[in-house]
Amino acid sequence: MNLHNAKKTALPIMNLVKMQGVPILDQLHLEERLLRSDFKNWCILNVGTPQPTIVMGVSGKPSELVNIKSVIYNQVPVIRRFTGGGTVIVDKETIFVTLICSREAVPLLNLYPQPIMSWTGTLYHDALSDFGKFHLRENDYVFNNLKFGGNAQSITKNRWIHHTSFLWDYDVKNMDYLKHPPRSPKYRLERSHEEFLCKMKYFVPSKLIFIEKTLNSLQKHFVLRPIQADDINALNIPYAPSSRLLTKEELEKELLSTTA
Amino acid sequence: MASRVLWASRTASYLRISTFNRGFSTVLKDLKYNDTHEWVKVDGDSATVGITDHAQDHLGDVVYVELPEAGSTVAQGANFGAVESVKATSDIISPVSGEIVEVNDELSNSPGLVNASPYENGWIIKVKLNDAAELDSLMDSDKYTKFCEEEDAKH
Repeated sequence: MNLHNAKKTALPIMNLVKMQGVPILDQLHLEERLLRSDFKNWCILNVGTPQPTIVMGVSGKPSELVNIKSVIYNQVPVIRRFTGGGTVIVDKETIFVTLICSREAVPLLNLYPQPIMSWTGTLYHDALSDFGKFHLRENDYVFNNLKFGGNAQSITKNRWIHHTSFLWDYDVKNMDYLKHPPRSPKYRLERSHEEFLCKMKYFVPSKLIFIEKTLNSLQKHFVLRPIQADDINALNIPYAPSSRLLTKEELEKELLSTTA
Repeated sequence: MASRVLWASRTASYLRISTFNRGFSTVLKDLKYNDTHEWVKVDGDSATVGITDHAQDHLGDVVYVELPEAGSTVAQGANFGAVESVKATSDIISPVSGEIVEVNDELSNSPGLVNASPYENGWIIKVKLNDAAELDSLMDSDKYTKFCEEEDAKH
């Protein structure tokens, strides 16, 4: 991990930030700032978010995706994030891995959703195929046909972000907050959350090994330069992120709109 | 097969569209294009903007369009909205600068219009132009066709 190697091998540099237990909303705000207002490549790792939180994609409608009554009653936070894609419920056993890249970071990569998804899929195949039958299946990461990683992306003129929430472990009761979505992948085949998902801990020996394998896979394409999370705040990147927590009033209004 | 290709190119010429061999995306002759695959149709000091057939084909099924507000301004080269497809949001970059006078609200209910009719019913915004000279920096249909071919060949 030194700049001399970068010049020698001509691999681009990627800043690596490792975090533990940072709230997912803070992570999303950081990511959006780095995507929109910075020019460097970044890998952000965050192991866990303090409390169970529902995170919807940019176009998500709570009435379609979430059991609003129980979410309000149990005060489960609901976030609308800036990237596309579906709805997840994340907690302290979720591992978040985010890649933010400039156009030239991956040679010949066409900045459209499918090519980016395909390229990142090969990265994780490299990292995880020792542990099970890993596939990128209709934009999800699966072992066999069981999903353990959900992806979302955002593409600007010259940059892209691909972020993943990996289910190291999860409380199956939390899945009851989520409805069966109106748009779901064909391979799901009407399965319930419990039948459709799997826990990474049953496939990969430890979180540390997963992270190590992922970084090894990344290092075939980038020279990783560790950056302390505190140092990013010092960069003073001015950008007003759009990911936000939905208010109780907004959720109640959605509930009323479905019962009216 | 040769006669079908000849018929297709004669028809295309009559309809003032051009097709290129790979990808079969449509490019309309009367429009101008930027290098991020948006088109603009100019009528005096008004312009209509959307994304091209090439773009919608590469994006996949559009499930949501993030629209700006009428009355806001756009700048050439800056993003003014986004489309969502295949778990990704993709910025829409304006080919012109000016004030947005109309937004295609139909796209809120029917985002798939961007795929089905990228140059007609899938238009996104109408703009009162600030500076017509900006149009000189855009590509005509022939240049844009070549641009798409070169881009696809590289990847």
